[in-house]
Amino acid sequence: MGKRVLAIASGGGHFIQLMRLSPAWDGHAVSIATVDPTSRALVGDVPFFTFRDVSRADWWRIPAATLDIAAILLKVRPQVIITTGALPGLIACALARPFGVKCLWVDSIANSEVLSGSGAQAGRVCSQVVTQWPHLAADKVEHWGSVL
Amino acid sequence: MSGVFVSVGSMMPFDRLTRAMDEWAAANPGIPVEIQIGKGDYEPRHAKWVRKLALPDYQARVAGCALFVAHCGMGSIISAIEAGKPILMLPRLQAQGEHNTDHQLATAKHVGIRPGLHVAANEEDLKARASALLAETGTAPAPISRFADPEFTARIRAFIES
Repeated sequence: MGKRVLAIASGGGHFIQLMRLSPAWDGHAVSIATVDPTSRALVGDVPFFTFRDVSRADWWRIPAATLDIAAILLKVRPQVIITTGALPGLIACALARPFGVKCLWVDSIANSEVLSGSGAQAGRVCSQVVTQWPHLAADKVEHWGSVL
Repeated sequence: MSGVFVSVGSMMPFDRLTRAMDEWAAANPGIPVEIQIGKGDYEPRHAKWVRKLALPDYQARVAGCALFVAHCGMGSIISAIEAGKPILMLPRLQAQGEHNTDHQLATAKHVGIRPGLHVAANEEDLKARASALLAETGTAPAPISRFADPEFTARIRAFIES
């Protein structure tokens, strides 16, 4: 039944934006990964995983988050990763890309003047980076639309 | 539908917002105020408070309140728009250690202009506008679909299937 897709995002706005993109993977074998276990109620009847969060402000949590995300990748074996950020989504793409996994970075709509810190790095590990703001489109950063 | 629901966001503390709305609650004892304080240190003395609600409960609070007050985060904004609730926001400031960058000011400038979204300049403005917004019937955000623009999700689908 279609492709194995991992849709992954941190909590708060990142997760809410990811959910607004769900029609994109309708009919594919999607798994959802995020940080807040109570988000499960919103994802419907699909495999759901959580990982320990990390951000630039608490970078020392990178190893724990990376372990969790690696375990999720081993279980899901995605062919495609879609992420709305933040740093954990970048980690997922960085881990998966060497195995030929196609990765899409959707920069958060919160970044309306410059790409996010992770979004600026996403070009190195993602097959495609998109911004939700037309004026931020640039070489290799496309604007496909927005969640609003 | 009654009362004020306040959310500061889950990632970092935002005591400036919690304290301001607790003060507003003290000045307006007849109006129920509930604050989701996240990782903040300041515990409200006048308003009812909770550290973190389960996401479905959070959404129910946003849908059930008369006014939603929040930081200028996209989770709060999208939740307000989806629920058709007016939202009053105080942006987090990098200089106050409230976020890694000043992107909430950018969000206020670029997204805060939508109808039904209100941005306060500071704590005093926030309290004044909370009272004003509750007194009027208030413009609600225009209702939107549960999902992003179909053209956007169609392009992501094409990426998945290519």
